[in-house]
Amino acid sequence: MTFIALVAAVAAPVVLGDPIQEARAHALEQEIRCVQCQNEPIAQSTADIAVDMRALVRERVAAGDSDNEIRAFFRERYGDFVLFRPPFDARTWVLWLGPFFLALLGVFAMRTAWLQAGSSEADALEPEEGDR
Amino acid sequence: MIAEIGGYAAALALALCLALGLLGVTGTKRDSRIGAVTAAAQAASALMALSFACLIALFVRSDFSAEVVAANSHTDKPLIYKIAGAWGNHEGSMLLWCLVSATFGAILATLRGSQAKGLWVRAIGVQGLVTAGALIYTLFLSNPFARLDPAPMQGSGLNPLLQDPALAAHPPLLYLGYVGLSVPFSMAMAALLEGRADQAWAKTLRPWTLAAWTFLTLGIGLGSYWAYYELGWGGWWFWDPVENASFMPWLVAAALVHSAIVTERRGSLAGWTILLAIMGFGLALLGTFLVRSGVLTSVHAFAVDPERGIAVLVLLFVALGAGFGLYALRAQKLAQPAGFAAMSRESMLVWNNFGLAVAAAVVLIGTLYPMIVEAAGGGLISVGPPFFNLTVVPLLGLLFLLMPFGPLLTWRVADMRSAFRRLAPAMALAIATFAVALALSRWRLVPAVGLSLGVWLVAGGVSYLVIRARRGAGGAAKVLALPLAAWAMAIAHVGAGVLTIGAMAETAFRSEQAVVLAANESIDFAGRRITLLNVGHVEGGNFSATRASFRVERPGDARTLVAEKRFYPTSPMPTSEVGILSDWGGDLYVALGEAERERPGAWSVRLYRNPLVQFIFIGAGLMAVGGLLSLTALWRRRMETGQ
Repeated sequence: MTFIALVAAVAAPVVLGDPIQEARAHALEQEIRCVQCQNEPIAQSTADIAVDMRALVRERVAAGDSDNEIRAFFRERYGDFVLFRPPFDARTWVLWLGPFFLALLGVFAMRTAWLQAGSSEADALEPEEGDR
Repeated sequence: MIAEIGGYAAALALALCLALGLLGVTGTKRDSRIGAVTAAAQAASALMALSFACLIALFVRSDFSAEVVAANSHTDKPLIYKIAGAWGNHEGSMLLWCLVSATFGAILATLRGSQAKGLWVRAIGVQGLVTAGALIYTLFLSNPFARLDPAPMQGSGLNPLLQDPALAAHPPLLYLGYVGLSVPFSMAMAALLEGRADQAWAKTLRPWTLAAWTFLTLGIGLGSYWAYYELGWGGWWFWDPVENASFMPWLVAAALVHSAIVTERRGSLAGWTILLAIMGFGLALLGTFLVRSGVLTSVHAFAVDPERGIAVLVLLFVALGAGFGLYALRAQKLAQPAGFAAMSRESMLVWNNFGLAVAAAVVLIGTLYPMIVEAAGGGLISVGPPFFNLTVVPLLGLLFLLMPFGPLLTWRVADMRSAFRRLAPAMALAIATFAVALALSRWRLVPAVGLSLGVWLVAGGVSYLVIRARRGAGGAAKVLALPLAAWAMAIAHVGAGVLTIGAMAETAFRSEQAVVLAANESIDFAGRRITLLNVGHVEGGNFSATRASFRVERPGDARTLVAEKRFYPTSPMPTSEVGILSDWGGDLYVALGEAERERPGAWSVRLYRNPLVQFIFIGAGLMAVGGLLSLTALWRRRMETGQ
């Protein structure tokens, strides 16, 4: 005789009732680093400390903290290392602005190359010629 | 004795590589000297093959008097993993690096292709020096043939995570890709030394670049697939520094594959192609440095020894210093660019290179930044997925927007309006996808954009084939008769689209749940009822495992699924063998956790529904198939033209 009980009690991560809050908590758990593991967010880690940290995220979300307040909370407790999304500050502005700077530099370099190459005398080639 | 033969063969290969390097790099047109250089390159590769065979023999025989075998093998290991153990460690993998480099050198020395003799000899010489550099490092700083006295009775085993078929193949493939980039580097250096890079040179460069890119694609795809099913949390890409280390050369190799086409067909962009070839190999060396030096702490970084790290850095600086230095001196002498209009095949390929190169640079900044901040005394910071998802992903998205246009445009100057008209069906399909995805995902913009981009690439690739077939005599029905090169390109581009669809669907719509289940308890998850049937103990070859069986029920369908946790006596950490049930919509992914302390007989279980996750690996596979077909097409062309 098989007895089938539907399990209502879910393990460690307490699911928040409000789906929007739940989604927020989950997203935050993806970008907070487990302090015990090597390179894992607490959302994936099975370490005890990650379980506690997840509970903490959910507690703060349920208490109505904003995402940035929760990030700041963890940063204060565990240091910058805990955030996979580095804060924008004196040390990281090069990192955050670097991609835009690089893209601009690339566009500029291409423009220069363009002007040098000159595009006046260009005629279309038959596609077959190019495809051989 | 075997170890000594292996070491001796490698030392001989080193001497040959140094000699052929010096002879080759200085360049010559004398046939006798060319003969000596090519013969030396072939002999060095044969010696390296012998040397590596000796290392494998040591592992197969479990000869624990050899230090690497004692540290990384065990008599209980299955034979295939004893063999794979030869490259599953720092020393052996470096010897593999040397073997691959020497073998590519020999192939280069055997197949001249269409390039001029002077360029060819110098390229063989540079490749010899590259192999010599790697051999010096291997033999003097991480000798795989060092003996241990007294020899232990038993080895300490391989990292159990690595006891897996995909991971046995992952390092050799990745190395074929990394080291494969050394040949374009050697050819680029030869071009700079010789002061010319013509179309014939680019024609010979292309297959090497394609081969390296294809191997990198396979290696990264396999590594990602391994991470997905082995690490137990359903992830396939985490922008981990080790992943980035392989992704950067991949991006540059992809750029090089495209820029070499422009140089071959039109003679332009030669300087940029050379620069990319130098950077590609530089990033491959940097990847080796990051993974091998232990500056990163993760599964891959098994050598924690600053001396070695510094030595790889020296090699890196010598290669890049010589490369950029020569470039600065000689770039002016290279072929003058031929003109092209803002809307042309060339301009699209230039945009492709812009996107890929900037993406690689951003990945580089993000990967090195924490180390730079730490070295500058700024403390520890982390740069993880949120950074890369905000920067690299949108950049690649923009690139994908342009991708279907490229192949439809003509060289030099193109009619953009006609390209738009021809791509109208693909565009309509992409817009429809966007609308449907937006509605179904309750107005989530990012996944809708991503999915429609993926569909755009797939539809764009298919459109290209149909449009080309229509242009011929037989009409659209002749699509199968199209040249192999057309198919290869379309398949690779479709692969990128399929991968995008999978990646977006998986990232945006995955669901997961952690539960505690005892035998015969059930949970409803992702439209399925999952019941834990039993948890038992099984003995494997060199491990013992806790095995849980589950029943997965859907209306009209019931299946069983098994998830394991394996314990290897040689390792403190258990590994997980997750249970995966695939269907058309994606994977159901079940990982067994720990036994509950408070409830005897109950186990924690993590459930994941990963929608369309197969698309990721199928997409990567298609890209690799595209690369292979393209190589075949180039080979055929070579046979036909008799060059």
